[in-house]
Amino acid sequence: MVGLSHYLILSAILFCLSVAGIFLNRKNVIILLMSIELMLLAVNTNFVAFSHYLGDTAGQIFVFFILTVAAAEAAIGLAILVVLFRNRSTINVEDLDAMKG
Amino acid sequence: MTPDVVEFAPLAAEIFVLAMASFILVLDAYLPDSRRLIAFRLTQLTLLGAAILTWTQHQEMIGHTDRMVLLGGTYVADTMSMVLKMAVYVISAGVFLYSRDYLRDRGILKGEYFVLGLFGVLGMMVMISAHNMLTVYLGLELLSLSMYTMVAFQRDNGVASEAAMKYFVLGAIASGMLLYGISMIYGATGSLDLAAIGRYVAENGVTDNKILAFGIVFIVAGLAFKLGNAPFHMWVPDIYNGAPTAVTLYIGAAPKIAAFAMVIRVLVEGLGGMHADWTPMLIILAIASLAVGNVIAIAQTNIKRMLAYSTISHMGFVVLGILAANKAGYSGAMFYAITYALTSAGGFGLLVVLSRAGFEAEKLDDLKGLNDRNPWLAFLMLLLMFSMAGVPPTVGFYAKLSVLQAVISADMVWLAAVAVFFSIIGAFYYIRIVKLMYFDKPEDEAPIQAGFDTQMVLGANGLAVLALGIYPAGLMAWCAAALG
Repeated sequence: MVGLSHYLILSAILFCLSVAGIFLNRKNVIILLMSIELMLLAVNTNFVAFSHYLGDTAGQIFVFFILTVAAAEAAIGLAILVVLFRNRSTINVEDLDAMKG
Repeated sequence: MTPDVVEFAPLAAEIFVLAMASFILVLDAYLPDSRRLIAFRLTQLTLLGAAILTWTQHQEMIGHTDRMVLLGGTYVADTMSMVLKMAVYVISAGVFLYSRDYLRDRGILKGEYFVLGLFGVLGMMVMISAHNMLTVYLGLELLSLSMYTMVAFQRDNGVASEAAMKYFVLGAIASGMLLYGISMIYGATGSLDLAAIGRYVAENGVTDNKILAFGIVFIVAGLAFKLGNAPFHMWVPDIYNGAPTAVTLYIGAAPKIAAFAMVIRVLVEGLGGMHADWTPMLIILAIASLAVGNVIAIAQTNIKRMLAYSTISHMGFVVLGILAANKAGYSGAMFYAITYALTSAGGFGLLVVLSRAGFEAEKLDDLKGLNDRNPWLAFLMLLLMFSMAGVPPTVGFYAKLSVLQAVISADMVWLAAVAVFFSIIGAFYYIRIVKLMYFDKPEDEAPIQAGFDTQMVLGANGLAVLALGIYPAGLMAWCAAALG
């Protein structure tokens, strides 16, 4: 039987994977954007699991809003990426070091 | 059950700002380049209209009740929301005015800056009036997405686009953390409504509820990211440094007020019963912010970067007021957030005025001998720097005093001593700017050009910092009433 705790563990694993993806990745900015999406999906899993467990729809409504905002966020993230690539001709994370101190 | 009739009148200001922002967005697409200032004027009119609507709605409400929760518990109108929204309007109007000439000189006087700025203002208004985790999140994202875009707004500026990317990634992590925390709180309390969460915590909070405590850790981390508290401060210096100064000015001013409101709504109104859990976390954040902000700022040669570290230390002070977890602390922190936003708007506004086409006033050396070039601007900068350092009779002194009083009344004298110690270290780099302005020879003799209206408002801003320091009672009374 798959219970609430299984879902919570799954979402915790997804969340940790996404955080690790953001902090360990030194290659490509697009992987950062993918990790951010994964992080939001981990949160969504949590919300849906709790919502079902509590028998309350508010959590599922929240998920709709998160999905919508995530779409807007991805659009802005990719737009910034395009601007960055035009100016720097690279999207390598290690090259984003113009500012220090 | 709540009645089915939805009352929209108290939301008049939000609806007005949304409608006007959408209208300016469309109108701007049809404006020729020579008429761009229409977007600017409409933006200022929008802020004025929103201020009038907020004030009249508040007066109407005060007659019946001092707090109104509407739209199924997602929106709240109270004295705190009125005071903070007014502060946001006034400071944003100043920010847009300072930015105008800067943007024009660089050929980026586009409607987008003002439209995004207005959407950001709308996001701040939603955050200030949020009464449900969903509204908190939506307001925060509306503000954050506007700010990410504004940083990248000068398209051919490589440093700015790098800053925008960093801001975007770190801001998204912060939102993710906050959301993860919210989902845990939802699971533990069964509600997203802040009042319902508050009731649940008041009834069951003291028993050790692991999920709830886990959620609070993530929420505090997310909030600290958004406030710019150490150790979650990495984005602040890079974004302040990389963004065009006009955008740094926007980011550094009014959003701090909204972030304060978010902390009060979530931690105090929602999770106030758990303050024994979040106070230790906030103590760590406050000490780390004060230490990192004040010590690293000394090593900076770029003034925008230096002011970024100064922001971190000031946000440490705001957290200090909140962690005292008493009324004096909350109202002290509110006073601090409002007056810091005002001071920061003036400081960055001055940098915007000192910059001109093809020249950015960014290095500390650019301020050398400002007194010989323009004594009035140098005097204003002196007032703003003294206020940030906390020298009486400027407002910064009174703000620090009220926060420290609250910390001492909460029996944390050692913490107040730590805060004073780091403030003294911090005074060094503020006073260094005063020394550069008054006792060094200017390297750059170019005349300072600023519009008459900009100079007037900048003067009013600088003198307000002095006047509020001499007569803090008026604003302090509003802050005390807001959180009474």
